[in-house]
Amino acid sequence: MAFANDVRFPVDRREILGRLQAILPRHLVLAEEEELRPYECDGLTAYRALPLIVVLPETETQVGAILKACHELKVPLVPRGAATGLSGGAMPHEDGVVLSLARFKKILKIDPLSRTAVVQPGVRNLAVSEAAAPYGLYYAPDPSSQIACTIGGNVAENSGGVHCLKYGLTVHNVLKVRGFTINGEAVEFGAEALDAAGLDLLAIINGSEGLLAVITEVTVKLTPKPELAQVVLAYFDDVQKAGNAVADVIAAGIIPGGLEMMDKPATHAVEPYVKAGYDLDAEAVLLCESDGTPVEVAEEIERMKAVLEKSGATSLVVSQNEAERLRFWAGRKAAFPAVGRITPDYLCMDGTIPRKRLAEMLEAIADLSVKYGLRCANVFHAGDGNLHPLIMYDANQPGELERATAFGSEILELSVKLGGTITGEHGVGVEKVDLMAAQFTPAEISAFHRLKAAFDEKGLLNPGKGIPTLARCREYTQTRGAAAVTPPPRF
Amino acid sequence: MQTNLADFIKDTPDGREADAILRTCVHCGFCTATCPTYQLLGDELDGPRGRIYLIKQMLEGKPVTEKTQLHLDRCLTCRSCETTCPSGVKYHRLLDIGRKVLNERVPRPLAQRLVRTALKEALPRPWIFRPAVAAGQLVRPLLPQVLSDKVPTSAPGQSRGWPEKSNHPRRMLVLAGCVQPGLAPNTNAATARLLDRIGITLFEAPEAGCCGALRFHLDAQEQALDDMRRNIDAWWPHVEQGVEAIVMTASGCGAHVKEYGLLLKDDPAYAAKAERIAALTLDISEVLAAEAEKLKPLLVTRQHPPLKLAFHSPCTLQHGQKIKGVVEELLQAAGVELTPVPDPHLCCGSAGTYSILQPALSKQLRDNKLAALNSGAPAAIVTANIGCQTHLQAGSAKPVRHWVEIIEERL
Ligand SMILES: Cc1cc2nc3c(=O)[nH]c(=O)nc-3n(C[C@H](O)[C@H](O)[C@H](O)COP(=O)(O)OP(=O)(O)OC[C@H]3O[C@@H](n4cnc5c(N)ncnc54)[C@H](O)[C@@H]3O)c2cc1C
Ligand code: SF4
Ligand code: SF4
Repeated sequence: MAFANDVRFPVDRREILGRLQAILPRHLVLAEEEELRPYECDGLTAYRALPLIVVLPETETQVGAILKACHELKVPLVPRGAATGLSGGAMPHEDGVVLSLARFKKILKIDPLSRTAVVQPGVRNLAVSEAAAPYGLYYAPDPSSQIACTIGGNVAENSGGVHCLKYGLTVHNVLKVRGFTINGEAVEFGAEALDAAGLDLLAIINGSEGLLAVITEVTVKLTPKPELAQVVLAYFDDVQKAGNAVADVIAAGIIPGGLEMMDKPATHAVEPYVKAGYDLDAEAVLLCESDGTPVEVAEEIERMKAVLEKSGATSLVVSQNEAERLRFWAGRKAAFPAVGRITPDYLCMDGTIPRKRLAEMLEAIADLSVKYGLRCANVFHAGDGNLHPLIMYDANQPGELERATAFGSEILELSVKLGGTITGEHGVGVEKVDLMAAQFTPAEISAFHRLKAAFDEKGLLNPGKGIPTLARCREYTQTRGAAAVTPPPRF
Repeated sequence: MQTNLADFIKDTPDGREADAILRTCVHCGFCTATCPTYQLLGDELDGPRGRIYLIKQMLEGKPVTEKTQLHLDRCLTCRSCETTCPSGVKYHRLLDIGRKVLNERVPRPLAQRLVRTALKEALPRPWIFRPAVAAGQLVRPLLPQVLSDKVPTSAPGQSRGWPEKSNHPRRMLVLAGCVQPGLAPNTNAATARLLDRIGITLFEAPEAGCCGALRFHLDAQEQALDDMRRNIDAWWPHVEQGVEAIVMTASGCGAHVKEYGLLLKDDPAYAAKAERIAALTLDISEVLAAEAEKLKPLLVTRQHPPLKLAFHSPCTLQHGQKIKGVVEELLQAAGVELTPVPDPHLCCGSAGTYSILQPALSKQLRDNKLAALNSGAPAAIVTANIGCQTHLQAGSAKPVRHWVEIIEERL
């Protein structure tokens, strides 16, 4: 659907275009509809908006100047990495400029001694690990989109991945972030050292969804590659049993290197692409990884197998070599787009719930699937209770998107009810901005607005995303009924 | 993705195929990561996902200009994006349809038309092209850089000729191709000698010519279909007499001939034959892999000095025909040490006539590719497609050869 942002700006297109063309060479400023359309959305194609202008700067000086121009002329600006985001975070603003960081793709430094890398924001997540590989190091947070998504986008979304259960999210693996605020001033968050003096603003920029600053350089922590990693595939004849097995593994005191789940529709979609040899008769498969020294791994794999067997796994397969391990994971990593083989469109949900409620949630999703008449494939970062139900729909059929959205909202509201959150790692973006009211009180939302204003008084950076206007909150609670969802106490 | 194709195309075979392809794309962006032009230019419009969007707009009836043309022209048709795409998007088919429609809507300026006409008339005709290479060698110093790079510096790789007489019951056809006989005559000769040793007679059908790929990618899809029909006519009597396979020694031709069935599916006179021809078509690596049991003992009969080579797998081999690791295994069986090559999925920039039509990007890709190939200090470079071979050779002091020549020399 074309998305009409409720925060509008009276912008003089010619004026801002002139300013931007003075900063950048012609081919780095796109301003014709023909060239702008392909920028109208990110990985969430259901929400689209045509920007006024797209700019592709190459230097920090250019970024500073672009921001200054937008700030002066009160033009909204949306930063963009690889646009793999799944919450519409990089969706343009129709009165504004899209600033792509795709040309910032230099790895500036790899320091094997301090185990850090300094990279530009447009560097792909996987490229960091590839560059660090000769030193026996890698960058631990590995979103499934790691082949394409950028470090800047990862910081902005505080992205997670398979390895985050054990090694932390982006925020735990970033030491320093450099960038520019909307008025064109350079800012730095964090320091090379593990802890810096003063307020920890680094945690604020991680997950800031392009609302606080444009990131232009990131210093990340690198992690030594384990001597050995092996993954157990545990098949189940029932998804809920698989859900319970996740809780059992963690309850047994095991912290796997990764603990993921796919249900039958998901394995059926990926198998033709990865040819990993998944058992296609099973209702669900858990991928449970152990890493460490060969002795540790051997011992842990045995413990994992024992727990999984006890939880009702019908069969267990352990990867026998690195190629096989990677193949088993490749299926999980390609799962979302592979679902494109069985449906023209999908909405990928991102709720997080306490692990012990997984089975309950799976049952509810199955019921909702019947209620809305839409298929749903389930792919989870099971270990941290982060759900990715993929609701399948056909955008060419009138009404299906609306049904899919309503289906998704019910899942997320239930996540909150079960003591979880509406987003685990994909961010709020434009997609879940209304649902923020399901999770936060008006007082909390006002606090978010104040933080935003401290960085961006005019509200120009990525407006309309992440934090709902208070008017939107009111509307949400009036139509959906705040009582329907009582946020559990947090902290 | 949501689609809403315009009336002019909606109910045509092309329209239906394009719609189906567009609808498989879920806009995840994975493909941008392995697209050579997106990696160089960082503009959505120069990556597969953006090009898909540009084509979608055009097919939905939005106005198109030379801007769309520029970004589609920059596409190498390397199909790396297809290898990466988990959703199975058949990008190159969408691009073919997109380019055809675009060509009707956005006429090219005269200068561009002339270059394209010259290429599509000369290259597919050995009788123009071969003398042209000879003439080119004489006037090499006078040619503009892009063209002079394409003309081999010395007489092309000395050919030891075809086997004197080869008369085995097992017979296979081989495509002579259009540019290969002029630039690298030893490739097919070596293939013939090699197959002769394992009991297969290889022969060419003189009436066959260019596989059609050149014209197909030069705004001349109809003419290309004629090339294809002519080849089918040339091969058909031999097919009826039971040739075992139609062998391709240039992976660019192989990728195209393997699509004859698809490309001619709407021609009732040729559809069935085209299907059969496509099914009989094999890359030489596939033939040798199938004969490995006969070949391998021959490869270990003589002692050879150690040889370190870098293999460049052409896009038409790894992405187009999805043949991976096969050539490498054969070379290793022949005692060759293969040096590691970073980013092996990336195109070398040759891409048919791309090196002539997009010289700047092409050169950048070639420089990167040569750096990657040379990073392991090989004695020479081997590849599997004449286009890549001459393109890389033009920038390399080390010899660039067809891998099959190496195998044959080691028998
Ligand atoms: C198939 C698929 C699988 C995925 N799997 C995962 C997963 O496992 N885990 C996970 O966490 N996410 C996942 N994602 C979501 C997405 O890949 C991540 O959110 C990723 O971090 C986005 O990076 P990007 O470069 O594509 O950013 P974009 O999508 O371009 O932008 C995301 C947000 O960051 C902002 N932004 C981007 N760059 C900058 C910058 N330099 N400065 C300031 N703001 C910036 C944008 O404004 C936007 O709000 C997946 C997506 C897909 C399509
Ligand atoms: S990888 Fe495939 S599905 Fe994803 S954007 Fe590219 S073509 Fe579309
Ligand atoms: S064919 Fe090659 S150049 Fe063209 S879009 Fe795909 S990956 Fe990019």
